[in-house]
Amino acid sequence: MKYWIGAAVVLIVAVGLALAPVNEYFFFAGYVVLTAVVLATAWNILGGYAGYVNFGTPAFFGIGAYTGVLLFKWMAAPLALQIAAGAFMGGLLGFGVGMLTLRLRGIFFAIATVAVVFIMETLMTNWRYVGGATGLQVLRPPVMVPFETYTRMLFVVMAIMAIAAVSLARYIQVSWVGRGLRAIRDSEEAAECSGVPTLKLKLFACVLSGALMAAAGAPMPMYLSFIEPASTFNLSYTISALGSAIIGGMSHWIGPIVGAILLGSLQQIVTVTISGEVNVLVIGVLLVLFVVLAPEGILGLFKRWARTSSK
Amino acid sequence: MGENVLEVKGLSKHFGGFTALSEVSLALAPGERFGLIGPNGSGKTTLINCISGSLLNDAGSIVFKGEDISRLPAYQRTRRGIARSFQIPRPFKDMSVVENLMVPLQYVGHLKEGEAREQARVIAAQMGLADKAGVLSSRLSQVELRKLELARAMAARPKLLISDEAMAGLSGSEVDEVLAILFKLNETGITIIMIEHIMQAVMRFSQRVVCLDAGKIICEGTPQSIVQHPEVQRAYLGA
Repeated sequence: MKYWIGAAVVLIVAVGLALAPVNEYFFFAGYVVLTAVVLATAWNILGGYAGYVNFGTPAFFGIGAYTGVLLFKWMAAPLALQIAAGAFMGGLLGFGVGMLTLRLRGIFFAIATVAVVFIMETLMTNWRYVGGATGLQVLRPPVMVPFETYTRMLFVVMAIMAIAAVSLARYIQVSWVGRGLRAIRDSEEAAECSGVPTLKLKLFACVLSGALMAAAGAPMPMYLSFIEPASTFNLSYTISALGSAIIGGMSHWIGPIVGAILLGSLQQIVTVTISGEVNVLVIGVLLVLFVVLAPEGILGLFKRWARTSSK
Repeated sequence: MGENVLEVKGLSKHFGGFTALSEVSLALAPGERFGLIGPNGSGKTTLINCISGSLLNDAGSIVFKGEDISRLPAYQRTRRGIARSFQIPRPFKDMSVVENLMVPLQYVGHLKEGEAREQARVIAAQMGLADKAGVLSSRLSQVELRKLELARAMAARPKLLISDEAMAGLSGSEVDEVLAILFKLNETGITIIMIEHIMQAVMRFSQRVVCLDAGKIICEGTPQSIVQHPEVQRAYLGA
């Protein structure tokens, strides 16, 4: 119950802010941070719970974005339909990728997911209808009442998606599905011999994770009023999703939220105060520090601190 | 005794050019205590990996309670009643003892969260792990890990339990503890295959013993007859 009260409060605050006279940049940056929350949470379902490190985040994010822009150009589809169709396509890609790669383990699986990013990017680069290599300008439709600007509306939409993604991740973690995924992470053979249908469960995690990532990507062309393959399929999305989960802590649904808010906010601050290039350096340094000094992330540090102080 | 619970016929397994198992056949009666021995590399673990589904056999068949399970994935075999423990314990280390046991209870027994938790506590207590129920499995001692392995196998409600060197690395009293558990499980009607290097344990526990060497069965019989068998002595001592 506490969780749902918290989620309602977050949503009310997001809507309240979007209707209040707050500087527009807040929503521009907030949208990016909330997208990072969805991507990190989605990544953690397969990467954190099941232990399958997926480098293919941009492929899923990108298929969502391109599905959205395709539907908009073709039939001026509303945003909700773009997101729903994006999620469906992401789930479908997750199913295909999962069927082909989830029998692989460790580094082999990770490499296979990188290949998917390059395949998707090459396909979109050569598809003229969605702009090809040069990209496509998107003319935003009129904003919905009661929002003043499209960015404010997208901020609220992304807040809803973040709450939905986190709720799903939380449900999975505390349910038998999550227990099965954690068993797979610790010993796939022992999990299988305990009755866990490992391939089916991994496939489910891959589909759900892919659908959420793609849903997060679907509003992106509307947010930027533009789409092109090089930035849409940029591997920095992988680093951001993976980095947020590692820095926050992969063992709990809260971890990716903490990591994404911290990393996303830091990146925005660094981009504004220093430069856009330095923010990649910031992720790199933080990742190295956490992997070496606190592999269980901020949550792990917190648990350790709680244990020590209770003794 | 009735119909055999497990029938392995002409089972072969190759790894590249290496033959790990060559036309192995055996049959187990319901409730039987069966010992599988053999020197290192003789194919014992490969055989039980094939039976449990961790490996697929290249030739031959595995029939469990009248059904050919040779092509079934491991989780399907577990759901049909074959459970195993591992030579090197493989706990789900980020889970407590109870949660470890809840995995098979939920995936094989299809119990709901509350029922599974309650049942897991009962099984933990039966296995002498009552005071460790809430402890993370990564914090257990060696003997506790062995008990957890058996408990997790038990939670899958097996008809056939494969105990793969469940006593390796344990002291004399700890071996007795684990043996007592296995005898108790067998009394409930579970057929047990014991793979063990501790000969005294195998001899005390088994009603029938098979000795493997270089992927083939070299002899079969009662524990007393097996130790006297010249082929067994040759395989173990190179005599």
